[in-house]
Amino acid sequence: MKRTLITAAVAGIMAAAPAMAELTFTALSYRTGPYAANGIPFADGYQDYFTLLNERDGGIGGEMVNLLECETGYNTEKGVECYESTKGEGALVYQPLSTGITYQLIPKATADGIPVHSMGYGRTSAKNGEVFRNIFNYPANYWDGASVGIKHLLDINGGDLSGKKVALVYHNSAYGKEPIRTLEEAAKKHGFELSLLPVDHPGQEQKSQWLQIRRDRPDYVLMWGWGVMNQVAIQEAVNIRFPMENFIGVWWSGSENDVLPAGEKAHGYKALTFHNVGDDFPVFDDIQKYVVDGGKAAGAGDQIGTALYNRGLYAAMLAAEAAKTAQGIHGVSDITPAQMRDGMENLVITEEKMASLGLPGFGPSFNVSCQNHGGDGMVAVSQWDANAGKWSLITDFVQSDQDILNPLIDEDSASFAAENNITPGCN
Amino acid sequence: MPDQLIFGMEVFLNGLMAGVLYALVALGFVLIYKASGIFNYAQGVMALFAAMTLVGVMEGQVPFSHLINAVLGTDVHHFGWHLPALIGILTTMAVMVGLAWLVQKIIFKHLVGQEPIILFMATIGLAYFMEGLGDMMWGADIKKLDVGLPQGINIWIDETTYGIFGYGFFIDNLDIVATIIAAILVAILVAFSQYTKQGRAMRAVADDHQAALSVGVSLNFIWVMVWSVAGFVALVAGIMWGTKSGVQFSLSLIALKALPVLMLGGFTSIPGAIVGGLIIGVGEKLFEFAVGPLIGGATENWFAYVLALIFLVFRPQGLFGDKIIERV
Repeated sequence: MKRTLITAAVAGIMAAAPAMAELTFTALSYRTGPYAANGIPFADGYQDYFTLLNERDGGIGGEMVNLLECETGYNTEKGVECYESTKGEGALVYQPLSTGITYQLIPKATADGIPVHSMGYGRTSAKNGEVFRNIFNYPANYWDGASVGIKHLLDINGGDLSGKKVALVYHNSAYGKEPIRTLEEAAKKHGFELSLLPVDHPGQEQKSQWLQIRRDRPDYVLMWGWGVMNQVAIQEAVNIRFPMENFIGVWWSGSENDVLPAGEKAHGYKALTFHNVGDDFPVFDDIQKYVVDGGKAAGAGDQIGTALYNRGLYAAMLAAEAAKTAQGIHGVSDITPAQMRDGMENLVITEEKMASLGLPGFGPSFNVSCQNHGGDGMVAVSQWDANAGKWSLITDFVQSDQDILNPLIDEDSASFAAENNITPGCN
Repeated sequence: MPDQLIFGMEVFLNGLMAGVLYALVALGFVLIYKASGIFNYAQGVMALFAAMTLVGVMEGQVPFSHLINAVLGTDVHHFGWHLPALIGILTTMAVMVGLAWLVQKIIFKHLVGQEPIILFMATIGLAYFMEGLGDMMWGADIKKLDVGLPQGINIWIDETTYGIFGYGFFIDNLDIVATIIAAILVAILVAFSQYTKQGRAMRAVADDHQAALSVGVSLNFIWVMVWSVAGFVALVAGIMWGTKSGVQFSLSLIALKALPVLMLGGFTSIPGAIVGGLIIGVGEKLFEFAVGPLIGGATENWFAYVLALIFLVFRPQGLFGDKIIERV
């Protein structure tokens, strides 16, 4: 009996072997905990895109994709544990989905030779690939967001913000403080008055901040919030009758979760984004056909087309395209993490490529290089239509103010290089 | 009148209102601690669970639908009804009573006579279990809670204060409603504990378990009753906070706002929870208004604890707590 069981087990493994995945990707997701409402749609989008590639295309370059999902609960320690427990599985790239986890992984992943893609979060100066060789943050970072937010205000004010008041309501954490230097530089350059209003974690109580906004009457409010802070801020803005069209959140303050609790009063609220919104793209037809209808969707299939689902899908698409690039460069289909890094560093995203993927106009065109791991800093502004219950882009993807950002990135990355004895340069 | 003084008055009033919301959470802690000596770490999660259940019942959501669908291969999510708030609240209350009975039957019945730290640890376990249970029952998405409570600026106060000071005060209608509800709740709780047989039994249990048992008071019944009342208070707190932010996981963190209130007001006094809440609410708001801008802001979370610690130094049992006398 024992021998029969062993034989059956071996036969089972051998039968399964040809179908076993060759390219391993990881998803450090958070489907539980205080931020699960945001983590679930991102994780669903990330997973569904890879499922689509497996089901429709037979994987990437003939290699099936194996996606390892590890639950972090948006907890930095758990995120590091996930990294340590999965890196031996041949993970090609990590998408930490948390600025805290990203900061912890920067030295670890660099030492292990595994690339990290912190898309729209993490350490902004990682854009400098000469210092952060394994860290990528294309297509946009927080400083790009802050800069494009101000550019949008310039656009709607005829190019002149002098004498205007802009308030930043931010999560009182390293993440929330990210845009401050950029905004301070922009305030000097464009002559507006900047006021800073920190909100302590988790942000359930913001009465003081919004009373101050009511007293000071800023013309515009920018928000770098997360989780419950977003919903409360939007509700408080509604309560004091702050004009929603003058209230702009960063992309982590711009999901359906953030605006729906305030109901129709949230109509007109704006959010920055580095990818398109909605489900009116050909790729979603394929996801419906090959993933949802096939019973292989990551979740209930009810998140498709939401802002965060699209972000997860976009991240997976960029990872897959980098893998294809790596396969092309090295002439092998079964790539290593080091080869994946090369693929990421030579990634070229054009509108033609996006259209061929069923994602026309979904994201900006950009090139990655050794010097520039962050893309071209193209960001758009979206606006919430409460009546239709959906976001829509109200601007094109606009490039951030490189004159302001480049010196800041050079300064911060040089400081990191000095602290860590890194000699900047390309290999 | 100087502008800063007028603004300060507005901040003071809003501090009072915020304090009432903190007190609502603190009340649940006080009720259970008073009757059983248990510091209920799960009180915040109870508020979350109650609010999730209320939304789920009102919206006709099928509990455990993801689990059912995964196991049975079905596709059920909703019963197809939308219930009025009152029915939703009554149904949720029934669920909270059932939960209280289960908590007593499965956990605390077996821990009678154990050290307070053991009971506290049990409530930590209960908190995490209820988080997971709520997640499985109702899902992790953020839910809009609308039981018909008014929100937004109170126009009458705005216009009246504008007529007097030339500046209209902002007072949220929801905060006014919360204040009225909290006042009614405290009056009912005080009347219940003073003038009803069950209330007196509850106080007897709080004073001395063994003595209460010896005169025929059922410890099991009293504890189930207390956990049920705490569940009701949690539901009220969950409705107030959930209306502001939507019902979501972070609602459980409102317990953090109750701790300084308890330190200040005492763990055993219902009026103490209210007065403590008001002092913390006003203190943190005025400090943020007056000193916050000078030191970078975001002072409210830590200043509430500083304020509570200052009171503790002079009155360790809190403003209204029972004085601890140890005879040797």
